[in-house]
Amino acid sequence: MSQTSAAPVTVDLPTVPLAELAPWALFFGLLGTLVLFFVSADQGAVSLPAGTAIHEWVHDGRHLLGYPCH
Amino acid sequence: MHPRAFLVRGLLVGLLAGIATFVVAHQVGEPHVERAIALEEAGAAVPADGDHAHHEEAGAGHSHGADEEDGGTVVPRATQRTWGLLTGAVAVGVALGAIVALVSAAAVGRLGSLSAGASTAVVSLVGFVSTALVPFLKYPATPPAVGSGDTIGARTEQYFAFVAVSVVAAALATVLARRLLPRLGAYGAVISGTAAYVAVVVVVGLAMPTVNEVGAFPADTLWYFRRASLLTLATLWAGIGIGLTGLLGQLGQRERAAVERRELAASL
Repeated sequence: MSQTSAAPVTVDLPTVPLAELAPWALFFGLLGTLVLFFVSADQGAVSLPAGTAIHEWVHDGRHLLGYPCH
Repeated sequence: MHPRAFLVRGLLVGLLAGIATFVVAHQVGEPHVERAIALEEAGAAVPADGDHAHHEEAGAGHSHGADEEDGGTVVPRATQRTWGLLTGAVAVGVALGAIVALVSAAAVGRLGSLSAGASTAVVSLVGFVSTALVPFLKYPATPPAVGSGDTIGARTEQYFAFVAVSVVAAALATVLARRLLPRLGAYGAVISGTAAYVAVVVVVGLAMPTVNEVGAFPADTLWYFRRASLLTLATLWAGIGIGLTGLLGQLGQRERAAVERRELAASL
């Protein structure tokens, strides 16, 4: 698209090469998902460390951020 | 532009958005959480009270306070509604800030002629609609005392399955809109992508089971809680969206200016 509309004054928008972005996206995507899991679901339907301490610590956040809880 | 520049801004904005989310959740949401727990405890005193009586009996379940001394809760309510809520809000804020920043890194320069700031705004808006608003419409947040401990497994599966469908549909709809852009132009491409997303979530939403465990819980408290919950989610996403649109827009402009200077220098 940008090539077809390239007038002398316009500059192509800089992009981040996907190959360069992939390891960052993968690692921090997984890390972010793990954090979201502990806040949203741990010690509810599934418990990684047994008990209720994590569940209770983030309990109000879990309810108010719309995650299923009881 | 390096992914690191995006990530650092995402983490920073996520932290600030998380703190703002805590303030809103604490001020707007907590009174209704407390009210719901008070109602639950009033109901729990009468064993015959409908759906929620099992709450105290189920060994694996948890009660919401008052009996901290006899092991009902590990974390006192006073901690749950302050430090606990802050932890949850900031953790989710930082995680989502990083994810939105890295998705924006992929989107910048690849969404037609949108600037870095505009691309980030689109990513944030699509993120809010697909991970918060649409899931909320199908499986709305419930206050304590609504929602049975016996169904938490099924409810969790359904909720996250629907979020997954919504996010994947939103991503594919964006790719579709981008493919259609040369043929239909921006107006037609955006409408086509949006229509495709809406069609998928409506059909899947109708097909998936409905959860109704409200029982005799007062409708006004339920509504106030849900409104507060939606406001909390909106604060989180607005904070991330506004902060990142500003910072990444600035980053894009600087990069663009640098490219222009290099091209000017090369043409002399």
